[in-house]
Amino acid sequence: MENTLRQKAKELLEKGDVKVVIGFGWNNRKTRTTPVFITKPEDADKLIFNPLCVNNLSLYLTRKFADIKALGKPAIVAKGCDIKTIAVLISESQLKREDVVILGMVCSGVVYKQELWKGVGTDFKSVPTDIMPTKCHNCDVRNPHIADVVVGEKTTFMPPDVPSGMVFDKIRELDKKSGAERWDFWIEHFNRCIKCYACRQICPLCYCERCIAEKNMPQWIETSAHLRGNLAWNLKRAMDLTGRCTFCGECERACPVNIPLNLVNQKLALVVRKAFEHRAGYDEKVHPPMIVFNMEDQEDFIK
Amino acid sequence: MSSHTQQEQVSGFEPKIVAFVCNWCTYAGADLAGTSRMEYKPNVRIIKLPCTGRIDPLFIIKAFEKGADGVLVSGCHPGDCHYTTGNYHARRRWIAFKSLLEFTGIDMKRLHFSWVSASEAIKWVDLVNNITDEVKKLGPFVEYKGLSER
Repeated sequence: MENTLRQKAKELLEKGDVKVVIGFGWNNRKTRTTPVFITKPEDADKLIFNPLCVNNLSLYLTRKFADIKALGKPAIVAKGCDIKTIAVLISESQLKREDVVILGMVCSGVVYKQELWKGVGTDFKSVPTDIMPTKCHNCDVRNPHIADVVVGEKTTFMPPDVPSGMVFDKIRELDKKSGAERWDFWIEHFNRCIKCYACRQICPLCYCERCIAEKNMPQWIETSAHLRGNLAWNLKRAMDLTGRCTFCGECERACPVNIPLNLVNQKLALVVRKAFEHRAGYDEKVHPPMIVFNMEDQEDFIK
Repeated sequence: MSSHTQQEQVSGFEPKIVAFVCNWCTYAGADLAGTSRMEYKPNVRIIKLPCTGRIDPLFIIKAFEKGADGVLVSGCHPGDCHYTTGNYHARRRWIAFKSLLEFTGIDMKRLHFSWVSASEAIKWVDLVNNITDEVKKLGPFVEYKGLSER
């Protein structure tokens, strides 16, 4: 699989179809994967693909896209879940489909966090299910759905009909609780927030040039790491991802204080799916649900 | 002394309700209630915006942060929007935002949505009275206000 990827990358660079390949490579000690930018065909051998490739590289197609474009047309190594993000970016006119060559990787799941791989060995064929994130258990895009080149053999994995796994179980558990219990749960988590904005920086869909969190005339979101501002920030962040979040899980992975951001993102994704019959990232030609409307939208809560 | 001031002295707690209303329907409706000399609870603070589509979720969060006990959001009925579709967009946003706040554990008795047209002064009066009573029963929004002391 890696050989095919390297071969394809080499071909693309040699033919001059693309000027840079954004992909995954090893760090110096070969313990972690890190994004690499390949500009010369002979460097294509640095590209790798294994379950440690957790990052969503489509991040480089947003705020950093100007730097990438300065090098020339890019190709990007993307798992199914990363392609979902690219599809949302295209649907929001952040880039055009022809602006990027997608090297879609057939994926058999990644680890939740790279640190968890310790002791699993050096055979990177598959991931033990207990260190796989919820998104991989429910993945229906293990065979890339939008790609110029598909690398790897087609998998027959079928996700469960009802979303399952830790994130969805926890959402169901919280839904059953009383409002006061839910409030205590979230206050405890948001209390830890240190306002580092890692969730925003890593999110490929948080691409505003200037974030409302940085605006202070007027100041909508308090900047200190105080519970009141933390709550405002986390609600606003979740709200802005409504109907757009593709559950790549990068925000939760990047969070230094382990706030379960996937819960709130996926809760809203479930709401959007039920209310507007929309799932983000499957079709780049469909508008995101929050910029369109339907006359028949439910309004039982409006008096 | 008006009846409301007397009431305040008896029960002690008077809720603060912030109403985000659109310029063309609900504000005109509230105005009609005023010019028609209808009396309603004075707990409501009206904030006029061009359209319900202008109401950002952060407005509601800010209202709670600044000490509101309840929030009312109101605009033109579907199909009546001065800007044709602003209220349809707003409705979508509220569907998501309401679910988000519910999931966070905020009592939905503190956040109300309504359509009030320019001619529905009576509906406006009833709405404000009902919401004030309901929020009064709930008491001050101690959960949110308490965040400042933590």
